[in-house]
Amino acid sequence: MSAFYPPISRRFIRVWQRNLTVYRQSWKISFIPPLLEPLFYLLAFGLGLSALVGNIRYQGQEISYVRFIAPALIAITAMNNAFFENTYASFVRMYYHRTFDAMMATPLTVEEIITGEIIWGATKAVIATAIMMAVISCFGLIQYPEGLLLLPLAFLGGLAFGAAGMVCTAVTPSIELFNLPVFLFITPMFLFGGTFFPIENLPLWAQETALLLPLTHLADLARAFANGRIDATVLPGIAYLAAFSAVAFPLAVRKMRRRLIK
Amino acid sequence: MNAIIEAEHLRKAFGELVAVDDVSFAVKAGECFGILGPNGAGKTSTIRMVYGFSPLTAGTLKVFGLDIARNARAVKARIGVCQQENNLDPDLSVLQNLVVFARYFNIPASEAAGRARELLRFMALDHRENSLAVNLSGGLVRRLVMARALLNRPELLILDEPTTGLDPQSRHQVWERLEELRAGGLSILLTTHYMEEASRLCDRLLIMDRGRILIEGKPEELVRHHVGRHVLEVADPAEDLTAFLRERDVRYESFGHRVIVYIEDGSDLYREIIDRFCQRGCTMRMATLEDVFLRMTGRELRE
Repeated sequence: MSAFYPPISRRFIRVWQRNLTVYRQSWKISFIPPLLEPLFYLLAFGLGLSALVGNIRYQGQEISYVRFIAPALIAITAMNNAFFENTYASFVRMYYHRTFDAMMATPLTVEEIITGEIIWGATKAVIATAIMMAVISCFGLIQYPEGLLLLPLAFLGGLAFGAAGMVCTAVTPSIELFNLPVFLFITPMFLFGGTFFPIENLPLWAQETALLLPLTHLADLARAFANGRIDATVLPGIAYLAAFSAVAFPLAVRKMRRRLIK
Repeated sequence: MNAIIEAEHLRKAFGELVAVDDVSFAVKAGECFGILGPNGAGKTSTIRMVYGFSPLTAGTLKVFGLDIARNARAVKARIGVCQQENNLDPDLSVLQNLVVFARYFNIPASEAAGRARELLRFMALDHRENSLAVNLSGGLVRRLVMARALLNRPELLILDEPTTGLDPQSRHQVWERLEELRAGGLSILLTTHYMEEASRLCDRLLIMDRGRILIEGKPEELVRHHVGRHVLEVADPAEDLTAFLRERDVRYESFGHRVIVYIEDGSDLYREIIDRFCQRGCTMRMATLEDVFLRMTGRELRE
C-alpha cells in the first residue's frame, strides 16, 4: 500500500461493533425517522405537489412525479445518515465523550478508529435505506429484485458522504461550525442535485456543477435501481462515487491523525 | 532487577512549547513508581508517551524491553491505562462498558463477560452492573475506569491522577485496591499531586517541574535528605526571627505571616525559637513529602 493508504487491520470492526452496541440501545427511537420521513415526503409531494406537476420527462421518458422523487428520497436519506453520523455524532464521541482517546490507549490505531467510524456511517445509511425501502415498496414504487441493489448503493454512497463528513470533523474547531458544510454542501445538493426536479431544467452551468456533486449521481443511480434499469449507463455514477470515497477516506484518516495524535 | 519501563532523555515539544525536557527514569517490575509535579509540569505528557498515545519528539523509550515507537500495539496490549478525563461510554451500562472495551483487545465475548463480572466485584461495583455510566457518581466512575483498565490482565497499570476530584472515602477505596494490585505483583506508574497518595503508594517517585526532573528517590529518603525529620511552623513570627535564623544558618522559608523552619536532627534550636519568637503559636510536626514538594517547586501559584 502507498503512504496515502494507511495500514489498517480488521480490528476496525471493534469500533464498528461499539457503535452498533450503542445503536441497539436506542434502536426503537432510531428507526422512527427513516420510517416517517418518506411517508411525509410522499404525502406532501405525491399527493400535494404531483397534482400540480403530473408526469415529468426524465431521460426521455414520461414518469409520474412520485416515481421520480421516491428513489431520490432514499438517496437523500443515505446521504444524511452517513454525513450526520460522521459529523455531529462522531464529533460528540471524539470531543465530548473522549471515546477515541480511550480507544487510543488500547491496541487500536487511529486508522482503525476512523475506518470503523466511517464504515459505521455507511452502515447507518444502509439501515435507514432498508427501512425506507420497506415503506416506499408499499406504494409499489420499487421494482424487485433489481431494487435490492439500493442497499449496496446506500453503502457506497454512505462511504462517500461519511468520509466527507469525517474530513469536516477532523478540521472543525467546534460543533456549531458543522452548519457550514451543511449549508454549503448538503443543502444545495438536497435541493439541486437532481432530487426534486431533473437537472436538465437547470441552466447549463448549473447542470455541470450539479454533476460534480455526489448526491446527483447517488440520486440517479437510486432511480435506475428502483426502476429496474440496470445497464451500462449506471457505471459512470458508480465510478464517480467510488473515486470520491477513494479520495475522501484516506484524507479523513490523515486529517484525523493530525488532530488526534498529540 | 529487570526494568519494565526504560525512559532515556525523553523530550516532548508542541511547537514552541517544550512540555517534557530530557527526562530519564526506569521502573522495575513489581514497583509502584510516581511522577509528581504541579499542574503543567509535564506529568501527563510523560506518561502519554509511555502508553503509546503521544510520539516522542526525541529520546528512547522501552516498555517491556520493546521500543514503543515500533511496537506500540504489542505494548498497549499488555498495559492498562486510566486517563485523567472520564471517557466511559455514557450511553452504555456499567457491564456493557467493560464488555465493549474488552473487544478492543480481542478478548472473546464469553471470557470478557466473566472477567468483567470478576472486576466489578473487585471494585465493589457489582451492584451497579446495569446502571448507565452517565448516572454514576465521580467515585464510581473512577472505579469503573480502573476495572476497565484491568480487563486485559495488564502487566503494567498506568494511572493519570487517579484520585483527583474524589471524596476521601472514594480516594481510600482506590488506594486500597491499588495496594492489593501491587501486592499481587502488578507494576504501577501513576501521576499525582497528592503527596499523601504518593507517600502511601509509591516505592519510588520523581518530582518534576517545567518539563524537567528535580529529584528522584524513595519518598522517606527524599524527606530526610531534603527537609529533615521535623518542621517547625511559626505563625505570625516576631520580626527578628528571620534575622535570627540567617545568623544561625538554619534552613527556613518565610511567607510573611508564617515561617517554616527545617529542624535538623538533634538540634535544640527549636526550644530557643519557641521561647523567643512564638507570639501566636508554633507547631512542631513530622516533615512530609509535601514539604519536599513545596521546597523543590516553590510556593507561587501555577497557571
